[in-house]
Amino acid sequence: MSEDETMLQDAARGFLDGAAPVSHLRGLRDAGKTLDAKLWADMAAMGWTGVLVPEDAGGSDMGHAAAGILANEMGKTLVTSPFLSTAVIAATALRQVASDRATAALAQIAEGKVIYALAVDEGHKHAPENTQLQAVADGNGFRLTGSKGFVVDGSNADRLLVLAQSDTGLTLFDVPADRDGITRTASAMIDARDAASVDFADVQATGDDVVGTVGDAMTVLRPALEAGQAALAAEMAGLAAGAFEMTVAYLKERKQFGIEIGRFQALQHRAAHLWCESEVTASAVRNAGRMLDEDADNATMAVSLAKARATSTAKLAVIEGVQMHGGIGMTDAFDMGFFMKRGRVAAEWLGDYGYHAERVAAARGF
Amino acid sequence: MSSTDLDTFRAETRAWLEANCPTEMRDGVRNEETICWGGRNWEFISDAQRDWLNVMAAKGWTVPTWPVEYGGAGMDRAHDKILSEELVRLKARLPLQSFGIWMLGPALLAFGSHEQKLQYLPPIARGEVRWCQGYSEPGAGSDLASVQTKADSDGDDYIVNGQKVWTSYADKADCIFALVRTDRDAKKHLGISFLLIDMDSKGVSTKPIRLISGSSPFCETFFDDVRVPKANVVGMEHRGWDVAKHLLTHEREMISGGGAGLLGSRALGAILEEQGGEMDASTRAEALVCEVDALAIGLTLERYKDQAEAGGGVGDASAMLKYQGTELNKRRHELLMSAGGTEALTWDGTHGGLAADWLRTKANSIEGGTSEVMLSIVSRRILGLPG
Ligand SMILES: Cc1cc2nc3c(=O)[nH]c(=O)nc-3n(C[C@H](O)[C@H](O)[C@H](O)COP(=O)(O)OP(=O)(O)OC[C@H]3O[C@@H](n4cnc5c(N)ncnc54)[C@H](O)[C@@H]3O)c2cc1C
Ligand SMILES: Cc1cc2nc3c(=O)[nH]c(=O)nc-3n(C[C@H](O)[C@H](O)[C@H](O)COP(=O)(O)OP(=O)(O)OC[C@H]3O[C@@H](n4cnc5c(N)ncnc54)[C@H](O)[C@@H]3O)c2cc1C
Repeated sequence: MSEDETMLQDAARGFLDGAAPVSHLRGLRDAGKTLDAKLWADMAAMGWTGVLVPEDAGGSDMGHAAAGILANEMGKTLVTSPFLSTAVIAATALRQVASDRATAALAQIAEGKVIYALAVDEGHKHAPENTQLQAVADGNGFRLTGSKGFVVDGSNADRLLVLAQSDTGLTLFDVPADRDGITRTASAMIDARDAASVDFADVQATGDDVVGTVGDAMTVLRPALEAGQAALAAEMAGLAAGAFEMTVAYLKERKQFGIEIGRFQALQHRAAHLWCESEVTASAVRNAGRMLDEDADNATMAVSLAKARATSTAKLAVIEGVQMHGGIGMTDAFDMGFFMKRGRVAAEWLGDYGYHAERVAAARGF
Repeated sequence: MSSTDLDTFRAETRAWLEANCPTEMRDGVRNEETICWGGRNWEFISDAQRDWLNVMAAKGWTVPTWPVEYGGAGMDRAHDKILSEELVRLKARLPLQSFGIWMLGPALLAFGSHEQKLQYLPPIARGEVRWCQGYSEPGAGSDLASVQTKADSDGDDYIVNGQKVWTSYADKADCIFALVRTDRDAKKHLGISFLLIDMDSKGVSTKPIRLISGSSPFCETFFDDVRVPKANVVGMEHRGWDVAKHLLTHEREMISGGGAGLLGSRALGAILEEQGGEMDASTRAEALVCEVDALAIGLTLERYKDQAEAGGGVGDASAMLKYQGTELNKRRHELLMSAGGTEALTWDGTHGGLAADWLRTKANSIEGGTSEVMLSIVSRRILGLPG
């Protein structure tokens, strides 16, 4: 890591340890909430929400590697915020478009004044190309009809990026979340975070609401999805690191048979294996951020590699985390369960292991 | 150093290699049969192999990162990386590989006296002297520090007696770097010296051991009253364990690279398809995971090498690299065998050395320290778990 990156990481850790340790997520859950507006405002004040917003739109434009560093630190303590949906995915989509409206939207993101959610999937797996939601031409505009599921941050969102099928192909719309005809139903998610089902019944959208070109959503959406996948991979690597840190600490402290359980080689070798896996995943995650910054048009394989590796490492870290804690790992009072549940949700979001492994294989020619 | 400097270096290197690498050395084959190990008795397989070694050695490019005065080219990591990339691009065979380059050289650079470096490094760089590694003994494998081969003081010399085992290429090597016990009263780690011994010395003998892959590249090595000058100790007397461990980090880094099959190389899946036609679902699924892991392990190796230049040496993390690289290599070769099906089951089938290669990879997670030992190193030295 460069000096700047280390400074960003230290600053992020310092802030999050105070503002959003795992107990923060627990507090939100116990209060039945999925958003802390103060935390989001603080992230804006530090320039995090503008991490991928161009400077002339008021952003800090630190790039994808930096966004990954922030996401990684958030992952370590399961920080709950619309950072990925808004500051990474929506910002990346909007900056592909040169319009006054997009620039204004980006400025709002940088200021922390708007929360975006991406409404893309309809079935139980990530598959943007299977979109059924219809955008039927109507005068100068469209009417949107259909349903989206697993819209992450969908209940808290002010605006939705909606992927729809028009007669010329996939089209991306940017609409206010409370527009007539939109019904949002919050899902009771296992990770205690916000996701919603969103129904669209004859929702009016103007030509202005189209992000990019009609029939060509992917030019805008592909970079946005890849940015989100890379940042999510970074978050998951952080999640694995957070779970691992708790586990190793426990191995050094818990005694059975009169000695620390960390003296048993059966556990030592599994912990060591997990560390080795985490190191390999960290390389893939950093590489994805770097590729998006340096050669975004050719970053697909790097991004999918990162998401695939992060998914498998996070899974291993939480499975081992619960197992090596014995009975206490199974209790709600103990934090490890939060890591396990977030890990499972993140595994599915924006493409699971198989989805990304196939993309790596395709890029490698088989 | 600016990126234009590097671009210029790349262009010059490419042109020089184009002009100087013999055509026969550009077939991309890097296997046992084509390796140039060098040494006093080395028989080149062709004039091209000899010429290739000589032109590269003259430039210091057999050991690019070693200082010029010791036979290298004094390159930093960035230039060295470019040279490797250009060699791969040209599908060039490596001009020289040896235990001297991988293991003894780095240890001498870190622990040797100036005189020792001048005496031993340039012949390694030119491929004139071939070394082997005398670490393991019948009673000292994973527990390497319990070596019993003894070196008793006799004036300016030692008298060495004992036995080494699994000594790769001992019957072909000119010299051996050996761990010997110079103080039998000290604790086991503190009585070992790192000693350089000429295999032509009176009292050294070897006996080949045949491997499951059919070949017999390694040996038992016996020392029977062998006289060795004390000047041949590297580092301090009785403190050879430090040298031995440092050398092992380089050995492990080297072994891990063999397995990773990495960014520049071909996809496992593509090789499998070519070899066996359609893959069944379970083979394909395993190949996908292998491919993902291979790419990520390759990036990790590069990341650690990049860090090493800034901070000096990969250190204990070499245990992680070796564990990951070698376990992956075993998985890859299992898949290659499975894709080859019955055709891969013969010694001389159309797939040539596939079975032999598969069997050979099983040693990767043993030689240089077993996978279990690697995990113990990570556990204790990196995670700080109680021993
Ligand atoms: C859902 C649930 C229901 C339960 N119901 C009951 C019940 O009805 N009655 C009851 O009496 N108990 C019950 N238990 C307790 C259960 O039996 C214990 O949790 C279990 O025996 C493990 O003990 P521990 O939690 O103290 O973990 P620890 O013993 O502290 O183990 C922690 C970790 O160390 C490992 N470890 C410990 N010693 C060694 C060793 N020597 N070598 C290698 N690894 C080691 C363990 O495998 C584990 O991974 C229940 C637990 C759960 C989760
Ligand atoms: C092809 C090949 C080439 C080699 N070349 C050389 C060479 O050139 N020079 C040289 O000096 N040596 C060489 N070796 C030897 C190699 O370094 C040793 O084989 C290796 O260190 C293991 O020692 P061992 O064979 O005595 O196995 P052992 O140490 O007896 O191990 C047997 C099994 O027990 C496990 N084990 C041992 N201790 C522990 C522990 N504390 N915790 C958990 N598990 C443990 C091991 O992991 C292994 O699975 C070579 C080996 C091979 C296979």
